[in-house]
Amino acid sequence: MDFFNAIALITNFILLPGLTYGSQLALGALGVTLIYAVLRFSNFAHGEIMSFGAMVCILFTWLGQSYGISFGFLPTALLFVPVAMIFTILYCIFIEKFVFSYYRKKKSNPIIFLIASIGVMFFTAGLIRFIIGPSDQSFNDGVRFIFTVREFKALTGLNEGFGLKTSQAITILTTIILCSLLFFFLNSTRTGKSMRAFSDNEDLALLSGIDPNKVVLLTWIIAGGLATFAGVLYGLDKIYKPFIFLQMLLPIFSAAIVGGVGNPLGAFIGGYIIALSELFVTFAYKKVLGYLLPENLEPTTMMQFLSTDYKFAVSFIILVIVLIIKPTGIFSGKTI
Amino acid sequence: MTNIQRRAFIFFSFFIAIMFIGFFQSWNVALGIFNLCIISAIMALGVNIQLGYAGIFNAGVMGFAALGGLAAVIISYPPVPETIELGGSGVFLSLVILLVGAATVTFIYKSPLSSSIKKLTIPLTILMLLILFNLVGSPAIERIEAFEPAASGFLGGFGLPIILSWFVGGILAGIVAFLIGKLTLGLRSDYLAIATLGIAEVIIYFLKNEDWLTRGVKNVNGLPRPVPYEVDLQGNAWFIELCERYNFPLVETSSIVVKISYCLLFSGILITIFILSEIALKSPWGRMMRAIRDNEISARAMGKNVKARHLEIFIIGSAIVGLAGAMLTTLEGQFTPTTYQPLRFTFTVWVMVIIGGTGNNYGSLIGGFLVWFLWVEAEPLGLYLVELLTSPLSDTNPLRIQLITNAAHMRYIMMGLLLLLVLRFAPKGIFPEGR
Repeated sequence: MDFFNAIALITNFILLPGLTYGSQLALGALGVTLIYAVLRFSNFAHGEIMSFGAMVCILFTWLGQSYGISFGFLPTALLFVPVAMIFTILYCIFIEKFVFSYYRKKKSNPIIFLIASIGVMFFTAGLIRFIIGPSDQSFNDGVRFIFTVREFKALTGLNEGFGLKTSQAITILTTIILCSLLFFFLNSTRTGKSMRAFSDNEDLALLSGIDPNKVVLLTWIIAGGLATFAGVLYGLDKIYKPFIFLQMLLPIFSAAIVGGVGNPLGAFIGGYIIALSELFVTFAYKKVLGYLLPENLEPTTMMQFLSTDYKFAVSFIILVIVLIIKPTGIFSGKTI
Repeated sequence: MTNIQRRAFIFFSFFIAIMFIGFFQSWNVALGIFNLCIISAIMALGVNIQLGYAGIFNAGVMGFAALGGLAAVIISYPPVPETIELGGSGVFLSLVILLVGAATVTFIYKSPLSSSIKKLTIPLTILMLLILFNLVGSPAIERIEAFEPAASGFLGGFGLPIILSWFVGGILAGIVAFLIGKLTLGLRSDYLAIATLGIAEVIIYFLKNEDWLTRGVKNVNGLPRPVPYEVDLQGNAWFIELCERYNFPLVETSSIVVKISYCLLFSGILITIFILSEIALKSPWGRMMRAIRDNEISARAMGKNVKARHLEIFIIGSAIVGLAGAMLTTLEGQFTPTTYQPLRFTFTVWVMVIIGGTGNNYGSLIGGFLVWFLWVEAEPLGLYLVELLTSPLSDTNPLRIQLITNAAHMRYIMMGLLLLLVLRFAPKGIFPEGR
């Protein structure tokens, strides 16, 4: 029984939140990695693009709510994700046309692209704060829990339990569906293959008649769409804070690099690696060990490796270790 | 127009803009902006040494500036005897453990043992160290933080003159830069930017959470000043007499005098650093750096130790940023870890360097001046624009109210546009790097 109690505790505080956060990071990291694979630069504006998508979704949710639209027990925001995606993708195409295409034609150094993406980041951050303001927005109006900790305890008779938040279930499910679609697209369709070919060897791809503009456009469409989902799901699960997305840039980049930058599967796995290790390292194991160890050995301290405040340090440490030991990442992406 | 005339003209225009604010807003505001312009210019000079001389992308400027602020607290704040008695020895002991441990790990790493033994012993030593460190440090830290948390709850500092902290801030930032540089400088440009971005976040988290050292988010207020206080001036008989003789308003004059004294102090530092940077740039050392930047492989073929030079320049640039950070905390008179935002510290300084012209010290100077000026003036300008554009709407229109309250954020939009436009149409900046 004690063993199941420990499992329930870990599920509630590490596994479920880790999988949720990992999904959000994976969606973000996939965008970063795709842009890196095709356009060959690290897009510092990606966090703000996620924020932009979430903002548009919130605005439409408010509009919809004022007309009395709701999505039953699911959050209303989900209805408006497609609209937000369209706006975000249009914004991505707008910045591609007005900023990045010029440097692409000039074949500028990746560093110039990086600086330009910082310009875009500034601009987008300002635009978001200008439109929706810098304060927090909570927009999850659905039912909060599919089942709560108390219901779980009553059902199983355990001392500890785990609850499943609606937002967690939505996040994990959506991510699985989106990633399956993406991998199917990349591996099995003609357009997806042309994208991979372009990423692999640009000159060869051009010779075989692949239109680079089409590939780049497609990359922005996919990255913008995924970023919208990542931003909305993060906002639904926690809360929408305009400034948090700059801080999320670090775990997202870490996820992309740990998995091997430019490799979509790597980015997907990397997101979960970063999220789960953040939670594993900052979780206080006192209660869990209390169940697992014999009574006389129960720990008296919190049994925490690192204070929760340092969770961002975890993704940084993983990043540095990977960069030093295996700079190409676990799935051997490209080296910058 | 020759080069010198061009430079003189642009600097002259900037001073006209400051004068304009002085005459039309107030001299207090103008001097306040100018003081921060000087600090920004020093930071920009530091980043220019990294980005311009050597092409190193340091996205951790914020962290080094914050370390300078930490130095200002540690050097100048009077010691808190009660907390030192409660936990000073424990903290000191854990510091010793940390240093001894670091030395042991380095020793094992450099020793001629086989790599498999090293792989086993190094993590074990680190683990033991952390446990020992926690056992000694944690109780002491708890005792310190529990002592009058609302008013104190930290160790305080050394109570030395705050000007000293500027140099200590530089040294502290330099030491941290050395450690970080050792870890990350082998990485290529993109990775380095991401890694340093992360380090800056970690430093800020450390400052926000280690209450025993910095009081964390409770901030440290009332740092001593290197210049007289306004109130003291207003009570000073000689000063009152001076004001009466020339018919100056007493309160305003006192605050202007304080700002001018800061201005003189800061200008001294700025001019020194500027001259030193110019000398370094024109020296064989500076030429070597640019050679490494422009073609690393051929520089290496010429026998230059690229990694060591990069580390050198990373330390120097970061130390200058740390110095500027300490000056900033001195000027503000308080240390607030929450104000360190990457957009405000790291990326704005980048914009300064790039707009001014990477690799040119005059460029960083004018970039620091202009960008800070715009950063401050964007708020009234943005408000004016929004009010003008929304003037057809009624005063109670929610859209209008929303836009007016958010008008201050126009500065981010402006920074972004400025950076993108300069990068596109004048990629070499206002003052291109001379050959």
